[in-house]
Amino acid sequence: MATVRFTSALQRFLAAPPTEVTAATVGEALAAVFEVRPALRGYVLDDQGALRRHVAIYIAGEAVRDRVKLSDPIGPNDEIYVFQALTGG
Amino acid sequence: MAERLYVGTRKGLFELARRNDVWDIVATHFLGDPVSAVLAEGDTVHAALDLGHFGAKLWRREGGGEWRELTAPAFPPKPEDAGDDPHPWSLGQIWVLEPGRVPGRLWAGTMPGGLFRSDDGGTSWSLNEPLWRMAERRQWMGVAGGEQPGINSVLIDPRNPADIRIGVSTAGVWASTDEGASWRIINRGMYNEYMPPEQREEPLVQDVHRLARCAAHPEIVWCQHHNGVFRSEDSGHNWREITAIRPSKFGFAVVAHPRDPDTAWFVPAIKDERRIPVDGKVVVARTRDAGKSFEVLRDGLPQRHAYDLVWRHALTIDASGERLAFGSTSGGLWISEDCGDSWIAPEARLPPVSVVRFADH
Repeated sequence: MATVRFTSALQRFLAAPPTEVTAATVGEALAAVFEVRPALRGYVLDDQGALRRHVAIYIAGEAVRDRVKLSDPIGPNDEIYVFQALTGG
Repeated sequence: MAERLYVGTRKGLFELARRNDVWDIVATHFLGDPVSAVLAEGDTVHAALDLGHFGAKLWRREGGGEWRELTAPAFPPKPEDAGDDPHPWSLGQIWVLEPGRVPGRLWAGTMPGGLFRSDDGGTSWSLNEPLWRMAERRQWMGVAGGEQPGINSVLIDPRNPADIRIGVSTAGVWASTDEGASWRIINRGMYNEYMPPEQREEPLVQDVHRLARCAAHPEIVWCQHHNGVFRSEDSGHNWREITAIRPSKFGFAVVAHPRDPDTAWFVPAIKDERRIPVDGKVVVARTRDAGKSFEVLRDGLPQRHAYDLVWRHALTIDASGERLAFGSTSGGLWISEDCGDSWIAPEARLPPVSVVRFADH
């Protein structure tokens, strides 16, 4: 199974533990997590379901390419990292 | 009179209470997070956060208990034929929260220009589709050169909650008299200096920074506009410029006296790219004669090398009309208990202030 891991910056607002999922794409993997934790969805995706501008997802060390439809494929044992692109002061 | 004040800042929400005649911070909430809007009604407080990475959020606290996150307003799926819409169909920021004058009803004005309504005290929200789907909405201009317009003011007629006015940055004043089922732009008499000459008086290009309405005489509406101060005596249809304001006519904030239709307060600054107080002195301008003349109030305010700017939601008044408060981009916070004649600064060095709100209205 693939594992979705969330930035610790999210833990300040809500629980986001690592979650094992069976999925073929990034979008499916996230959907599987949001099924269990619906409140997490709005922190990662915008109202149209695209990745938020200042959130990044890496799979096996590479940034996902399709930030709108989240169609990038994932392997059965991939680690999917969801984290924030740091800004601000 | 209000005994509690909420101050939303770039880095948290600060709760002040008046004890033994002294205002002091009694609690901090959401430390480190940007607060974009606050509404306090009795002991129910709503706070909107603008988390840079993770989007706009809405939280509620009741009776001094724990904060609970609510489902924030969200836009519906963008249809295929809306592909050329210049504004995103996704919540950017909750900019203003107002009570709907009907039990359970709240309105939220947002960037990118969506108006949302809740009929269950903020638990669930729906987009006002007639306003959002109006063709003219695509002509709304973004705030400060950004891509997103914003609804900065929502005025509900206390006598008739179906009668609504909204102020838009940047798209003038819009009215609905049927609870939001239909909308039309109504402002006449404003002008916008930075537009080309033939466009200056167009209602749609008016850069309305903030609207304020006299609760007891709702037909009286005040406007701090990008290039001046205006007053309407017919619920926002026709406007007259008020040129007597001192020391300058630029600013963002305005509040109206809840009962006296001739009294309002502004916080002027140098227009418009510089955006600092005139001569480095923080002052409040008050009129008590419908704008014919102004008093410049400075007792208790910094009068030397002060460069505080006051944003549109960072000036507020309580239901008594005696207590006012305002906060600045430099983290200044001042409270008056005598209609602005004198001001006190609670002991604090706050982050930049975006919104202040007393807990009584």
